Amino acid sequence: MVTTPLLPSDYLDLVSPLRAGADLRGRIEAVHPETGDAATIVIRPGRGWRGHTAGQYVRIGVDVDGVRLWRAYSLTSPTHRKDGRVTITVKAIPDGKVSNHLVRRAKPGTLIQLDQPTGDFVLPQAKPAKVLYLTAGSGITPVMGMLRDTEFDDVVMVHCAPQPHDVIFRNELHDLAADKKLQLTEVHTDTDGMLDIARLDELVPDWAERETWACGPAGLLDAAEEHWSEHGVQERLHTERFRPSIVVTGNGGEVTFSATGKTVDADGATPLLDVGEEAGVLMPSGCRMGICIGCITPLKAGAVRDLRTGDITEAEPGVLIQTCVSAAAGPCDIER
Amino acid sequence: MTAIDPTAHLTAEQIEELGRELDAIRDEVIASRGEKDAAYIRKVISAQRKLELASRGVLLFSIFPPAWLIGTAGLSVAKIMDNMEIGHNVLHGQWDWMRDPKIHSTTWEWDHVSPSDQWKHSHNELHHTYTNVIGKDNDLGYGIMRVDEDQKWHPFHLGQPLWNFLNACFFEYGIAAYDLELGKNLNKRRRKNPEFRARAKAVGRKIRKQVLKDYVIHPLLSGPSFFPTLAATFTANLVRNIWSHSVIMCGHFPEGVQVFERRSIKGETRGQWYLRQMMGSANISGSKAMHFMTGNLSHQIEHHLFPDLPSNRYAEVAVKVRALFEKYELEYVTGPLPKQVFSAWRKVVRLSLPNKKPKVKTPDREQELVAA
Repeated sequence: MVTTPLLPSDYLDLVSPLRAGADLRGRIEAVHPETGDAATIVIRPGRGWRGHTAGQYVRIGVDVDGVRLWRAYSLTSPTHRKDGRVTITVKAIPDGKVSNHLVRRAKPGTLIQLDQPTGDFVLPQAKPAKVLYLTAGSGITPVMGMLRDTEFDDVVMVHCAPQPHDVIFRNELHDLAADKKLQLTEVHTDTDGMLDIARLDELVPDWAERETWACGPAGLLDAAEEHWSEHGVQERLHTERFRPSIVVTGNGGEVTFSATGKTVDADGATPLLDVGEEAGVLMPSGCRMGICIGCITPLKAGAVRDLRTGDITEAEPGVLIQTCVSAAAGPCDIER
Repeated sequence: MTAIDPTAHLTAEQIEELGRELDAIRDEVIASRGEKDAAYIRKVISAQRKLELASRGVLLFSIFPPAWLIGTAGLSVAKIMDNMEIGHNVLHGQWDWMRDPKIHSTTWEWDHVSPSDQWKHSHNELHHTYTNVIGKDNDLGYGIMRVDEDQKWHPFHLGQPLWNFLNACFFEYGIAAYDLELGKNLNKRRRKNPEFRARAKAVGRKIRKQVLKDYVIHPLLSGPSFFPTLAATFTANLVRNIWSHSVIMCGHFPEGVQVFERRSIKGETRGQWYLRQMMGSANISGSKAMHFMTGNLSHQIEHHLFPDLPSNRYAEVAVKVRALFEKYELEYVTGPLPKQVFSAWRKVVRLSLPNKKPKVKTPDREQELVAA
């Protein structure tokens, strides 16, 4: 009542955005380069941060060119860092808006949005006697969180990267190996070729007896799952897949109105508002010419094209589209 | 409708070309929207909140006259910022592209008695789509005034200078009633319409909260300064109301602004729609501070052409838009605030009396389009 129509928190956010009770945010405190295209971001999370388990990931919302974009990254810091900070390690992927921003342009002091950590790619309560970590590329990040968090007596790691200088955390891994805390095998795919899963017998003869955590591209994980199943030890394999939602863009496509459960085919020129009304879906509408924003609706999946500019908008959490000036650019899902 | 159609010299092709040129201006701004713009609106919002907090803080001691003056001035400015540069523009979706749920047209609520969603419907949808079309755009006189020779005169209009003055003083209530279409909905049958009742209830809730905050809670918090704080908040609301009313009157009422007949927008092309916005709006000239305090509605013409572009970009857009006015030999109606306010008021007074209906022949563009 004192601050209506705003909330007291809108004012408190001005002075203390990381306080208890605020929406969860974090402040970037440092950015440490790891390789030519990867960096570790040190984040001080807000008071509401509930802590993570090694191997979990966190969704972060970063403003890139003024637009808030959300992505998930594995936490690479041990669970109980004394200073309460957490880290994520990000590899810049070609054309990746958020990853390139974080690796190359993020500045200490920047506020970012955070979700609570989540994911079930974690270590069990009971310590396994023997462990294998099978990773490739940035698939090493959740495993690094595990390595830094929990020590095991017998740990083997097989890690694939194009070249030695592409190996994220290489120095730290070599230090662990030198201290006999880790048996490390690096596979350099530019020279050695892709890892043939059958080579595991030679690289890690007792792989089938080991509790295994694997993370990397889909090809490697598919091969691993098949291999472990063939040998009847699939319960020892734990995998984590990065799921970059691959959006197929085109001209027109199948439109799903997920709230009403209707699916229709649309061409690339008809506004989704018309498509929906035609299909008997109750669509909010207004000026029907793109100026009043009375028709905006969440885009849950797929992509749409702005009929005025030709710009493509891809689905992401929180993305709303103006249905009166947007047409299907491939299959898409509209929350109506 | 003025006796001579000021766009009569344009061919249908020219109008479509004009539309394409305006689209190009729009695309350019959209392509260059970015971090700087986001930083701008965040800075304005943060400044507004700090100013409001500080002013209300000072008003706790408003029993001392200097504190009353400073606090009242600060609160007036804060309320104007909230309504004009922030509220109006956020509710237009100008900042939706940032995907920040806290600065978004779907979540924003302003310091105003009309709830955001009702205002968005009557303003964004009806007024901006049907700008200055008699019988479609109720902003033309807000349903209580006659602002064009073509509108039918009624003895009720004799009092319109007074209605307009009262509307200025209690503008936010006027807008709330207007968004509710109160006049139309008060007859017996419509009054019971559940949809109307729900909307009226929402307005009632909003008014209750606003009044409680401004006229009960903050005065009570001030203790011995109860009455001075009460007077201060009343004054701040009055200042904000008269200010926004004046700015908004300048947008479509000054002499030189065109209105349109219902039939003229049948089958309107994009180019024709743009042209109607250009001829139906008027600007206010002045300093950067003036543009800021009007919420950049001093660039009303640019705002009507591109209601969803961020307000901080209208100044640069205005240079290009004005060049197009010159190229197509159209009148760019603009002037300093006092001149435009005076012009609008003069019209209100003049049209409170009946006049002869002017005879006009509008060019039949549909024919030309077919010919083209």
